Amino acid sequence: MSALVAELAVPFAYDYMLKAMWVSALVGGVCAFLSAYLTLKGWSLMGDALGHSIVPGVAAAAILGAPFAVGAFLAGILAAAAMQAVRLKSRLREDAVIGLVFTTLFALGLLMASIWPTSVSVQTIVLGNILAISDEDVVQVVIIAAVSLAVLVLKWKDLMAVFFDETHARSIGLNVRALKITFFTLLAACTVAALQTVGACLVIAMVVTPGATAYLLTDRFGRLIVISVALGAATSFAGAYVSYFLDGATGGVIVTLQTLVFLLAFVFAPKHGMLATRRRRIATEAAA
Amino acid sequence: MTGLIDWLTVPLAYPFMQRALVVSVMVAAVCAVLSCYLVLKGWSLIGDAISHAVLPGIVVAYVVNLPLAVGAFAAGLGCALFTGYLKAHSRVKEDTVMGIVFSGMFGLGLVLFTRIETDQHLMHILFGNVLGVTPRDLAETALVAGGTLIVVLLRRRDLLLYCFDVNHARAIGLPVGLLHYGLLVLLALTIVSALKAVGIILVIAMLIAPGATAYLLTNSFERMLAIATAMAVVSAALGTVVSFHIDGATGACIVLTQAAFFAAAFLFAPGHGLLRRRRMAADPEPGS
Amino acid sequence: MNVARPGAEIAPTATVPAAGDGILVSNLTVTYPNGFTAVSDAGFALDPGTICALVGPNGSGKSTVFKAIMGFVEPSTGEVRLMGLPVEQALKQNLVAYVPQSEEVDWNFPVLVETVVTMGRYGHMNFLRIPSRSDRAKVDEALARVGMSAFRHRQIGELSGGQRKRVFLARALAQEARIILLDEPFTGVDVNTEAAIVALLRELRRDGHLILISTHDLGSVPEFCDRVVLINRTVLAAGPTAEVFTHANLERAFGGRDRT
Repeated sequence: MSALVAELAVPFAYDYMLKAMWVSALVGGVCAFLSAYLTLKGWSLMGDALGHSIVPGVAAAAILGAPFAVGAFLAGILAAAAMQAVRLKSRLREDAVIGLVFTTLFALGLLMASIWPTSVSVQTIVLGNILAISDEDVVQVVIIAAVSLAVLVLKWKDLMAVFFDETHARSIGLNVRALKITFFTLLAACTVAALQTVGACLVIAMVVTPGATAYLLTDRFGRLIVISVALGAATSFAGAYVSYFLDGATGGVIVTLQTLVFLLAFVFAPKHGMLATRRRRIATEAAA
Repeated sequence: MTGLIDWLTVPLAYPFMQRALVVSVMVAAVCAVLSCYLVLKGWSLIGDAISHAVLPGIVVAYVVNLPLAVGAFAAGLGCALFTGYLKAHSRVKEDTVMGIVFSGMFGLGLVLFTRIETDQHLMHILFGNVLGVTPRDLAETALVAGGTLIVVLLRRRDLLLYCFDVNHARAIGLPVGLLHYGLLVLLALTIVSALKAVGIILVIAMLIAPGATAYLLTNSFERMLAIATAMAVVSAALGTVVSFHIDGATGACIVLTQAAFFAAAFLFAPGHGLLRRRRMAADPEPGS
Repeated sequence: MNVARPGAEIAPTATVPAAGDGILVSNLTVTYPNGFTAVSDAGFALDPGTICALVGPNGSGKSTVFKAIMGFVEPSTGEVRLMGLPVEQALKQNLVAYVPQSEEVDWNFPVLVETVVTMGRYGHMNFLRIPSRSDRAKVDEALARVGMSAFRHRQIGELSGGQRKRVFLARALAQEARIILLDEPFTGVDVNTEAAIVALLRELRRDGHLILISTHDLGSVPEFCDRVVLINRTVLAAGPTAEVFTHANLERAFGGRDRT
């Protein structure tokens, strides 16, 4: 028994594991905060698109020796501008425009990585590498997460008003445009942090799944945020912990955990779960 | 001039380049035909989702010794069906559900991959390994891509009607459900066929760019199919040759060549291009 | 209460009467970036204590006029003034409330009735939007006035069509706006609910609110609207209902289809 406990406590004995766990939890929590908004708007594709679009920026930063956050951020802005231009000036559907832009940028990033394989590892970009994250990168991630969290905590109600009813938000004098730009800036920044943790292909889960899970559990937006952040942080922490025993695939473990929690909520949620809905239906049919 | 011809032909002296070229062109052609439907139907995200979701299928197929294509196909289709089920039984938006399911499956695939002993290279599954294509791979790809292409072309009018106006299709007695799932199956097959050439992550680019480009150039669907296919085939050949010369990732080169074609169409298309729109906006007579 | 004007402006675009304390739209032209001119040279003026219908067929520019009043689109020419102020300033002072069409609202959004109404107070609250005692009182009062106090802890999707409308009216009341815009308020609403909404609107008129209703449904307009602005790409007629709601005018606006 005590051998088992000792075995389970092993990850806590390593500095790199401790670092991976708390950084993951921080990133998971902030991304989950954003996911509370993103899932309600049908903008989930944006999370995926940003996760892929920033790859050439990260690659360029690695090749030039610049901070990865700067490169990623510039690439994110480039992606947003390109999407906006194509969307306004062509008759293509929005999903096609987004898909086109992000896959192109992603391909560009891969090409750069394949030409300069020594400075950029494709593996790291696609899968993340939180277990071997450098201290400089931790600093960048922590700054991003702290700033995002501060802004979100201060402005969550305004953002809720904008996401719920833009016209009303405007009529009460909120600066809708500034709030939206703020939101997407934070999303881009947190995508960069998530890229470090789970990799480009799984960023979407970090900024979508916890919010959707919380949405099945409550009808109050304030609670939704709290549940979402708690789930995001807990699954990310646990995922990093478990990945110690699997020798890697941290991103995969975190996202698999998040998906499992979503499926649990889907089935068992007290009001909006599948079983509850079925019970209600049977009850009404019996009453009729 | 001879310099250019040499530049194009020298790579083809190598048998592995010949095979790479044939595979890329085949895959590009079938993706291009499918992309016309996806772009019109607004299914770009579905393509993205299915392509990521095939990963666990590949791993499981490897473990139980099935052809990888079978596992990939089953997982891809399973993702589409499971998304539909979750959407129908919860209040979460469809794009969110899709994001959750495919990222969850991709994450699970990564975790499974770390747990098995395999000679498969994860990066080859994700990004293809067109330069390492064996004659056997070539035959398999030809079978899947060719079969898919034939079915799509034979049923192209029904599928078009389904994409354009579901209600009308239903009204005139077309089997709408069959067409819906048929298109999903064809999409999954296309993605499977692209495994060897560009891998599961870049295939989505080839499933959007050709259709989107052709859509800017013509109003006739038949011509759209032709333009998309021609553009994709040329891009595939050009991209493969370019990748040989610059020693870069082949899939990425193909995708970027396609993106360049799209950019050209976007800027210069006679009917819908940006410059044409500028002229129209300057035209003082509105509504002309 | 009806502020009847002698000599109603049947062709009002040329001379716009001065209304310093209501809605003043003068020479409004809106051209979208794609070159489409939705409304040209439109003008009308409305005083407080009025219920006015903005009537026109689909695609006539009603929603563009609404957007211009809300400052969502920039006029190419002309201007909009609300209570004598430019739009931006009027919005900053919480003078305008908007009641959206039912189709525009995401009824699955995880907010309770009281949260929606509280959002009406955001413009009055501090930086963190923490409601004060008076904010809470205003929310309670607004809920009571539309008869929705008992439903305050319901998620908005759990309400009936009429209850949903009342919640958004309560939000406008909590906002303490002087001008209330309603977008197609009677579509998908049963007769009883419509009567209840109309009664509430009449009360608001008595308190001096200016209510502008966009609608393509001519049925109930004559009953409770003091004034009508008839629109189809420009203002065809504006003035007291009886004078504007003539067969000839409706024919001009709706192209001969006298829809009721």
